Amino acid sequence: MAEPVKDWTTDYDIFDPAYKRDPFPIWDEIREECPIAHTERWGGSFMPTRYEDLFNIARNIQTYSSRNVLVADFEPSAYGEDPEGVPAEVQTASQTAGGAPPITADPPVHTWARKLLLPPFSATQVARYEPETRELCAELIAGFIANGRADGAADYAQQIPPRVIASMLGIPKDKAETFTGWVRGFLELGLTDPEMRQSSAISIFSYMNEVIQERKQNLREGDLPSYLLTSQVDGEPVPEAHVLGTCFLLMVAGIDTTWSSIGSAIWHLAQHPADRARLIAEPELIDSAVEELLRAYSPVTMARYVAEETEYAGCPMHEGDKVLMNFPAANRDPRVFENPDQVIIDREKNPHIAFGVGIHRCAGSNLARMEMKVAIQEWLKHIPEFRLEAPDEVTWAGGQVRGPRKMALVWGS
Amino acid sequence: MKVHVDSEKCQGHNRCYALAPGLFKVDEFGYATERNDGVVPENMRDKARLAVENCPERAISIVEDDASA
Repeated sequence: MAEPVKDWTTDYDIFDPAYKRDPFPIWDEIREECPIAHTERWGGSFMPTRYEDLFNIARNIQTYSSRNVLVADFEPSAYGEDPEGVPAEVQTASQTAGGAPPITADPPVHTWARKLLLPPFSATQVARYEPETRELCAELIAGFIANGRADGAADYAQQIPPRVIASMLGIPKDKAETFTGWVRGFLELGLTDPEMRQSSAISIFSYMNEVIQERKQNLREGDLPSYLLTSQVDGEPVPEAHVLGTCFLLMVAGIDTTWSSIGSAIWHLAQHPADRARLIAEPELIDSAVEELLRAYSPVTMARYVAEETEYAGCPMHEGDKVLMNFPAANRDPRVFENPDQVIIDREKNPHIAFGVGIHRCAGSNLARMEMKVAIQEWLKHIPEFRLEAPDEVTWAGGQVRGPRKMALVWGS
Repeated sequence: MKVHVDSEKCQGHNRCYALAPGLFKVDEFGYATERNDGVVPENMRDKARLAVENCPERAISIVEDDASA
């Protein structure tokens, strides 16, 4: 067990149980006392908490590189030094791709990689997946509604994003549980366990590599691997290694994050009957409610890699230092948001940065919003009244992606 | 009143388009531009201000002209 944290401004631990459960008072303390905290834990990092600082750092891509976006030490190749048992073409691919572009890329690679990825994730394109997402949510609810209880995280939130991303990747939805296991192994449980992270990464890379090899023989209309394989950059096909890295990214980034957002939204609604009633009476508020829930319960904290000597707000930073981009804390900064700890589902001024800010704005933001909207609408349509069975027993994943993992809900008599 | 999207700053968050599709449009990458040379009809001024306030990139600005200020 790690030593308990005594001073959050100089020794924070994003994997501390208290931080996972309720980070908000900790962020408030850091934001007011020492807005850029520092820790030696997990390889060392800085953690800005004020909106303005996050805004400035995210946009300074020269100094704050994205070559490594996880805070604990991590090989960009995802394989460490002993890639035994990994097919050679997968090793080459992951190393050439440099991880998972464009999230792990800086310009100039980032520029074309992002341009390639944005069109299939535009709001218009993503809307194509809305009917099947709605059907999926309704089916999940039909499976447990008569029981009068369900786990809102495991039985609902967790089930949605892996199937939607599977649909976009053109891979079988019945493998969703497997994908979820890999992604948790990489991004959640594996964040503090290098071996698990490595083996999970290998599983994802290997599986996506098989899909890509298969697609090369049988291209399909409308799935992402086929789209990437047939796209061109400067008149040349996209390198296969890059296609693999991007498919890896889509699976890793498209599952844990959105499921955490959906889970937190349901967690909030379970405890706020007035917000439920209002969303049912005024369905047109759903869009602003989604933005507000994204602001109040932002799930994602990415990291940056300091690429050159610098000083920010009196903090000297050296090449190789990490900066933990605490967008969730920025979204609770009272300098920007009135009553930041209150969820106001029709909040008018809400320039939240849950999806980041600058050139790495989450490419899947439109997809995440669509899934959240549909998941909330379908839940409230079928289960308008519900509550947490035991609020203290809800468990949270934390670190770089925060959301409920066990959340017993009850309804009916 | 006119609105303007600074295309150097826009990162395609889609907030302005979601709030005021009558004033903004987005291209296939999601980057926004103003419709109709940015001219804001009188009944859409609140929407224009909302778009400014919700843009995380601070990419949208409003130009008040004398006649309608």
